[in-house]
Amino acid sequence: MKKFILVRLTNILLTLFLIATLTFFLMKTLPGSPFDEEKLMNLSEELRMEFYAKYGLDEPIHIQYMKYIGGIVQGDLGLSYYYKEQPVSSLIMDRIGPSTLIGLQAVIIGLSIGIILGMVAAFKHNTTWDYFTMIIAVLGVSVPNFVLAAFLQFYVGLKWGLLPVAYWESYDHSLLPTIALSLGVVAQIARFMRNEMLEVLQQDYIITAQAKGLGDWIVLVRHAIRNAMIPIVTILGPVLVSLLTGSLVIENIFSIPGIGSLFVDAIKMNDYTTIMGLTLFYSAFFILAMLIVDILYGIIDPRIRVHGKET
Amino acid sequence: MKPLLSIRNLHVSFNTYAGKVHAVRGIDLTVEKGETLAIVGESGSGKSVTSKAIMGLLPKQNALVEQGEILYEGRDLLSLNKKEMIKIRRSEIAVIFQDPMTALNPTMKVGKQVVEGAIGHQKLNKKEANNLAMDLFDMVGIPNPEIRIHQYPHEFSGGMRQRVVIAMALANKPKLLIADEPTTALDVTIQAQILDLLRDIQQKTGTSIIFITHDLGVVANIADAVAVMYAGQIVEKGKVEEVFHEPVHPYNWGLLNSMPNMETKGKLYSIPGSPPDLIHPPKGDAFAPRNEFALAIDYKQAPPTFHVSETHSAKTWLLHPQAPKINYKKVKGDLETELEVKLNHNDVLLKVSNLKKHFKLPSKQILKAVDGISLEIKKGETLGLVGESGCGKSTTGRTLIGLYEPTEGEILYNKVPLNETSKKEFSQKIQMIFQDPYASLDPRKKVEDIIAEGLDIHRLVKDKQERQKKVQTLLDAVGLQSDHAQRFPHEFSGGQRQRIGIARALAVEPELIIADEPISALDVSIQAQVVNLLKKLQKDRNLTYLFIAHDLSMVKYISDRIGVMYLGAMVEMASSDDLYKNPLHPYTQALLSAVPVPDPVVEKTRERIILEGNLPSPVNPPQGCQFRTRCPFATEKCAEIPQWREVEKDHWVACHYA
Repeated sequence: MKKFILVRLTNILLTLFLIATLTFFLMKTLPGSPFDEEKLMNLSEELRMEFYAKYGLDEPIHIQYMKYIGGIVQGDLGLSYYYKEQPVSSLIMDRIGPSTLIGLQAVIIGLSIGIILGMVAAFKHNTTWDYFTMIIAVLGVSVPNFVLAAFLQFYVGLKWGLLPVAYWESYDHSLLPTIALSLGVVAQIARFMRNEMLEVLQQDYIITAQAKGLGDWIVLVRHAIRNAMIPIVTILGPVLVSLLTGSLVIENIFSIPGIGSLFVDAIKMNDYTTIMGLTLFYSAFFILAMLIVDILYGIIDPRIRVHGKET
Repeated sequence: MKPLLSIRNLHVSFNTYAGKVHAVRGIDLTVEKGETLAIVGESGSGKSVTSKAIMGLLPKQNALVEQGEILYEGRDLLSLNKKEMIKIRRSEIAVIFQDPMTALNPTMKVGKQVVEGAIGHQKLNKKEANNLAMDLFDMVGIPNPEIRIHQYPHEFSGGMRQRVVIAMALANKPKLLIADEPTTALDVTIQAQILDLLRDIQQKTGTSIIFITHDLGVVANIADAVAVMYAGQIVEKGKVEEVFHEPVHPYNWGLLNSMPNMETKGKLYSIPGSPPDLIHPPKGDAFAPRNEFALAIDYKQAPPTFHVSETHSAKTWLLHPQAPKINYKKVKGDLETELEVKLNHNDVLLKVSNLKKHFKLPSKQILKAVDGISLEIKKGETLGLVGESGCGKSTTGRTLIGLYEPTEGEILYNKVPLNETSKKEFSQKIQMIFQDPYASLDPRKKVEDIIAEGLDIHRLVKDKQERQKKVQTLLDAVGLQSDHAQRFPHEFSGGQRQRIGIARALAVEPELIIADEPISALDVSIQAQVVNLLKKLQKDRNLTYLFIAHDLSMVKYISDRIGVMYLGAMVEMASSDDLYKNPLHPYTQALLSAVPVPDPVVEKTRERIILEGNLPSPVNPPQGCQFRTRCPFATEKCAEIPQWREVEKDHWVACHYA
């Protein structure tokens, strides 16, 4: 197990290094800059050089690259081109709170409601319950979250006045974006869970468990759910990705100062250092998430636990 | 004495898309205390449905018990509510399912699975539960129970898992044990262990057993009473001696005759046709269309139950006082007189020397599936290859046909080496018949195109007409009708599909056919049909067969010579008569003694060599003689590799003491 994690960690560092390199050179090949070229041209040579030096743009590209990588190792992602004098890393730290809260809430709500709906649908296969769940699932997958967001803002926020429409001022402000973000997760998980449960309920070991004289509820909880959950762990990765892309849009719609909206703003403003920093941040986040998924896998399914003792 | 369980006039049907399937059509059964009742029948005969009906485990969505009662100690199980039924399952009736690989929950420790039912029922605390689990493991013969109860199912072999399943069934000391094909998925030597165990348990606990199987040999071994099912009805039942020695129903005659024993020669008896469609059950006797002795009344009216003796009864009009008397023994005798002319085989068609096939596992270990075997197949003969699962017999077949590249060794076909470059020339001459007739045919291709695919690849036909004609000839040769060419595989039964597979292999006019367990997925009555077909084709077309199987009696029947494999090595090879009469290797001896014979007297008196333990892993086989870890005669000398030598003429063996 130790060896497994060590190998994985080395792989992770290597992957991050490659991503950093790739984004660095991609950004360098892009035309344009956040600074108004015309106005810069009007400055005196001296001032301009000083300006470039501040952002390290005066040096040859390989030196810039070395400095950039060196900075990353020390946790320095460089200065933002757009937000004055702000290091990218502190920009991210400032804005990570709202995003994390909404993301976590969406995952928890999505997973729990999705799993419950999927189980109910499977257990009440081909009944109204089942059809109802599948309608939600189809809607959740096919209705884009920005449409749902607008819908929620109009009815729940404006018309009924139940929850705040936008901005980030209290906990209540996090609720609508969370709901908008989680519907897709609910739909994906519910559909998957239903199929898995139907599959598992057909298995011989379920009949064996029933034949042992266990009650329906115990059979379900002890024997069916855990086995049906194994594949759910697999789709956690893609679910997280969809959450990220969702958050880019949702944070903008609800005017939430999170990293999703920071990313979108950075792209709009050609703020290359922030784009690079965030790309790296997201990559690290996903790679870590995948590692956790794999470890979870081993915990939930004894067949793929890493064996140290056998050979 | 009152019987423990009696079933009266039980009818069960299933709603399917195609219509209502009448799976069980009025059966009457009784199980006495301490008795083993075997229910025999082919797939779809309703035997498993009966067992599920007893347990109340029929699928709720589409199964319906239309009428009848199942009396257990005087109570009708069908009238119990859910809670009461759960109580019955928990403490009175337990069940062992067919496939131990899927009957256990892969994510729960086996010890917990075994005692889970008992914890609730007997109100055990953690320590008591642990002790119970260890006692049960001890009882079913699982070594090191204190370690084993904390392991997961994937850490057990098939035979050991079946022991776990049995332990689980015994946890609450049931009075009735339903074993649904408990040994079908196991190898013969493991099957012998499990049958022994069940008998032993019955003696110790006095439980009654309903043993469901299709294998008459197993029935003869374990049963006190037998019920033969066909098309949802019990066609004959009685004491095991009565059913085997004085059979009265023609279906039972057919079953008994179509299983070759070790001495069967000549053409194998086979029941013609296939079982009826139970969506529209026939009006009269369901077996009539396949019954060569059928009377006119058989097609009009279903026969009632006639009693031959107090315990022996059958559903056939042949027992009616006015029916013609047919002497079963004479029927049997007729078959045996038809002798076969043996060919003289001299030319060697395929010569294999020191063939090895090793697989690299992801864990960087090496799996030695085939580890240095040598054999010769002569023109026109049938060489049988037997061994337990994992012995490398299928890998050998696949390597010979070029599906795998050999790791080492030489294959000479007609004295020409077979290798990557020459493979193409041989692909027409060597063909394969696969085990599973359901998985080996492309479901989206018409039968005509499946059969003709080889013809197209090798450009053996000039135009469409010739192609069609060729397919028709092939269909005719394997006993299918010409209009079958335009249909798809799913429209056929298992036996018919296997015929399509054979026609496909024959299309390119091969010389050598490698048949990898071609009949093991088929029902007994269909097996005989396919074996007869293979024999007939061999005679007509001068084919050479490599027949790979685990069913020793069938291999003995079809083969001229037999090779016995164990853990990637050939341990013995001889002419089939010689091997059967004079087995020299201890493994061959054990294998032969493990094969159940469909004769209760023989089965209940003979001494068996029960092999201890399981097959070792081919990743890390024992040094020296591979068999020495399980061999009852192993000595220190067996740590040396035994030589593959010819002890008598044409009788090869790899054992120091043979």
